[in-house]
Amino acid sequence: MSIICAENINFSYAAKPVMEDVSFAIDEAQIVAIIGPNGSGKTTLLKIINGTLFPDAGQMLIDDRDTFQWSRQEIARKVAIVPQETAVIFPFYAEEIVLMGRFPHLSNYRFEDKKDYRIVHEAMEKTDTLAFATRRFDELSAGERQRVLIARALAQEPKVLLLDESTVFLDLKHQLQFLTLLRQLNTAQQLTVIFVTHDINLAAQNASRIILLYSGKIYAIGKPAEVISAANIKEVYDVGVLIDKNPQSGLPRMTLLA
Amino acid sequence: MLFIFLVIGAVSLCVGSVHIDFGHVLRYLARALTGNLSINSQEELIIFSVRLPRIIFAGIVGASLSLGGVIFQALLRNPLADPYVLGISGGSALGAIVGIVTGAGSFYLGVPLLAFLGALATVFLVFVVAGGTRGPLLDNSLLLSGVVVNAFFSAAILFFLSVVNSMELHSITFWLMGDLSRASMKEIILAAFCLIAGFVFLYAQARKLNLIVQGEETALHLGVNIERTKQWLLIVTSLITAVAVSLAGIIGFVGIMVPHLMRLVFGSDHRLLLPVSALFGACFLVIADTLARVVLAPAELPVGVITALCGAPYFIFLLKRRAG
Repeated sequence: MSIICAENINFSYAAKPVMEDVSFAIDEAQIVAIIGPNGSGKTTLLKIINGTLFPDAGQMLIDDRDTFQWSRQEIARKVAIVPQETAVIFPFYAEEIVLMGRFPHLSNYRFEDKKDYRIVHEAMEKTDTLAFATRRFDELSAGERQRVLIARALAQEPKVLLLDESTVFLDLKHQLQFLTLLRQLNTAQQLTVIFVTHDINLAAQNASRIILLYSGKIYAIGKPAEVISAANIKEVYDVGVLIDKNPQSGLPRMTLLA
Repeated sequence: MLFIFLVIGAVSLCVGSVHIDFGHVLRYLARALTGNLSINSQEELIIFSVRLPRIIFAGIVGASLSLGGVIFQALLRNPLADPYVLGISGGSALGAIVGIVTGAGSFYLGVPLLAFLGALATVFLVFVVAGGTRGPLLDNSLLLSGVVVNAFFSAAILFFLSVVNSMELHSITFWLMGDLSRASMKEIILAAFCLIAGFVFLYAQARKLNLIVQGEETALHLGVNIERTKQWLLIVTSLITAVAVSLAGIIGFVGIMVPHLMRLVFGSDHRLLLPVSALFGACFLVIADTLARVVLAPAELPVGVITALCGAPYFIFLLKRRAG
């Protein structure tokens, strides 16, 4: 059974179509990358997956149930998203932000208990954010903020983790740490990861499958070696590239041709 | 904070156009608390039938307006929003003035009731202008339509002010600047009931409010049913503030200043912010009202004058500090 399943999805903002006849299925514990040029519909697709947007036609299924049948709270227990950036107007401490990840598991009149705090502590440990737990979120650097948001998503204890360009602000060490963490969660807890990225090498090295979007349609889908080809990249991104093999992993490696 | 409120209340019982010794006040209060409610002296009469109800009422209004400020600031994610920005004051004032001018004020609760209807109608109108209850309620469109509706009501109020006679003019003007002296005991109890019921509801939403101020999309992602939550919050908050405004008139700046100060001191967690704002709002308005009674004694100032005199400089200070 696939955990996420899109069936012939069409979607448009006002009259402008952004998604046309998109179908795919993602099994539990897969790591899937969504790539494609600007405006190809990557972020929109993520929003459709987590039920923030509903398709005009077709169906988006989580666990074989249409997203519009899920309550927001049910989805939030199942699917977490790490957004690109959040604007912060009111001051909150980093730890409070992570604690918000527990919201979908709590009822209105219940306070967080020891278990919730333990989960938050673990999430912050994994993302190397404990050091600034008591600092104000808006005073952190972009990379630190991103790690706090990742911790918040982990505190949701999701089965599916959606990442929208979540590594762009991370330095090399924290990028590697985060990718390692994702793989660990993927194997240990069967976490399904779907990430949107502009970094084709990042996608090729880390995803088990890649979805290549091109103006609202799926241009190619499959294993990295099947999708990342010089011809596909040339057609979709309109740039010349050289594809060879990463000497360490044997997966496709892309070099931009000047 | 509760203790501070009680102390401020007790001190404020002493001062006024007739000064009453602090020791006497405590003695009278102690006796009343032990169940002896007989009134034996002029001092006791002043305390129990004039000042005490008024102080309680000031506390209720201050708390209501501050809560309204907290919620609207969270909903619009704008620290400068409050019940007035959304036009509730304007609608309420217009309702009251229509009541005074048409003579509906001679009926029991006539003016407050019309003011209350005016406030609710405003909320409805602001919703409609902002794009109706269907579809996402964008914060900016709500804010903008509040401003527009408010401007319209101001014009309507000015129109009425220019056609009424001078007796009515005086009573309207006082009402427009905030007046805590007219509420009857029944009205005070009504306001207290709305405040308490509203607070219980709002407090249950505190965690959702924390998520909403992170942005609506974030709140949605973390499992908040944003549309329904927003509508309920707007309805309940409008109710609390409408009751306060309809009984006390327009008292500005409390709703902006109090939540903002509390956020600086206690942080943004609404589970703490809601109660401290309510209590501090109560303290603030009791102090302001006491000043209003004392400054020109035996005459009185409208309390709105005091809050605006404190509020406007504070506002400028905030803007300056933000710019610098």
